[in-house]
Amino acid sequence: MTVQITFFGSLLAIVAALIGALGRLSPIKPLRWLAIVYVEVFRGSSLLVQLFWLYFVLPMPPFNIAMSAFNVAVIGLGLNIGAYGAEVLRGAIRSVHEGQYEACQALNMTAGQRLRRVILPQALLAAIPPGTNLLIELLKNTSLVSLITLSDLAFRARQLDQATLMTLEIFGLALVMYFVLAQIINFSMRTLERRLARGRMRGGMS
Amino acid sequence: MNFFDWEFAWEILPRLLDASLKTIGITIAGFSIAIVLGLFLAVGRRSRHRWLSWPMTGLIEFIRSTPLLIQVYFLFFVLPNYGFNLTALQAGIIGIALHYACYTAEVYRAGLDAVPRAQWEAVTALNMKPLNAYRKVILPQALRPILPALGNYMISMLKDTPVLSAITVVEIMQRAKNIGSEHFRYLEPITMVGLFFLILSLGLAWFVRRLENRMELAR
Repeated sequence: MTVQITFFGSLLAIVAALIGALGRLSPIKPLRWLAIVYVEVFRGSSLLVQLFWLYFVLPMPPFNIAMSAFNVAVIGLGLNIGAYGAEVLRGAIRSVHEGQYEACQALNMTAGQRLRRVILPQALLAAIPPGTNLLIELLKNTSLVSLITLSDLAFRARQLDQATLMTLEIFGLALVMYFVLAQIINFSMRTLERRLARGRMRGGMS
Repeated sequence: MNFFDWEFAWEILPRLLDASLKTIGITIAGFSIAIVLGLFLAVGRRSRHRWLSWPMTGLIEFIRSTPLLIQVYFLFFVLPNYGFNLTALQAGIIGIALHYACYTAEVYRAGLDAVPRAQWEAVTALNMKPLNAYRKVILPQALRPILPALGNYMISMLKDTPVLSAITVVEIMQRAKNIGSEHFRYLEPITMVGLFFLILSLGLAWFVRRLENRMELAR
């Protein structure tokens, strides 16, 4: 369950981050404002508050949108980490050298082509290390969804504790499991980065 | 039913503000412990002695990659079995302080690494003891540039305090939930809590940005 939420949550987060970052850099003002509001609201208020909002407030009269706890978890975590990711990605896009933009203009590329073929591939690569930190953050934050009654690792640990009273073993093991999962993410992201960076760093980029 | 019942919101405001004091108190207490403890962790990690630096590195990495919630559970549910009885509030403050001490330790490390090597050599040349060297030469230089980063961690700590509601600390989030279940209206209390965090963290972020600007001017 923890792994599932992390997986779907990070997918949503990546999409949200991409949209958020592009929105903030967009030349259209309302779009930019919208993106700023999204990023600031989700970064500024606490994740747990957001989860509770989605879980307790949305099903009530004015909205009447009842979602399963799992959906709430994925959407809440995804949007929250997405907001942080948008800032990371914005920084990464900004860090792409200006000469690259000029080169695109010289090649007469459209804005879409420029983004897709030149800017994003470089920006995404630069965003991987901070992105890894965010993914681990996401993994750790999945423990919070146990508080909206989802039976993830943290929730199971609590349950087992109440059933068996072997407190030390259970919580100790839960900690170790999170640690191992975090190391797996760390390792695979580093491998991914090396793969993607192959033949690219030599060109002297960043 | 109204979309947002202002009267109800006004009515519950005092109770939320009352609980918000606890949230702020936890943040201040926790952060004070975290910045002191973090410094010791960072200095320990940099120590030349492996028996000190390795356990420190392990501890920092372990705490940083496991969730705060489980750590707090650990303090609150496991320790009593061994005779350490902590109240929920104590366990919460210690847990959050320990968690963030490991983050601030990494900030300190960056700051310490940024002090030029020559300063260390100068300290050796003057035959200063390590304690004096840290206190009089290294730390004053290491601390200034990292103040904004420390401030940012204070903001994230503030936003992590609702986690403590899981071990029955009645901070603002728990209070909002209680109000919600009493009146069966969650919209106003939880939205107000969200706004509370938003205002406070945006305000703090503004303050940190000013600090950052001043640091740059001073250089």
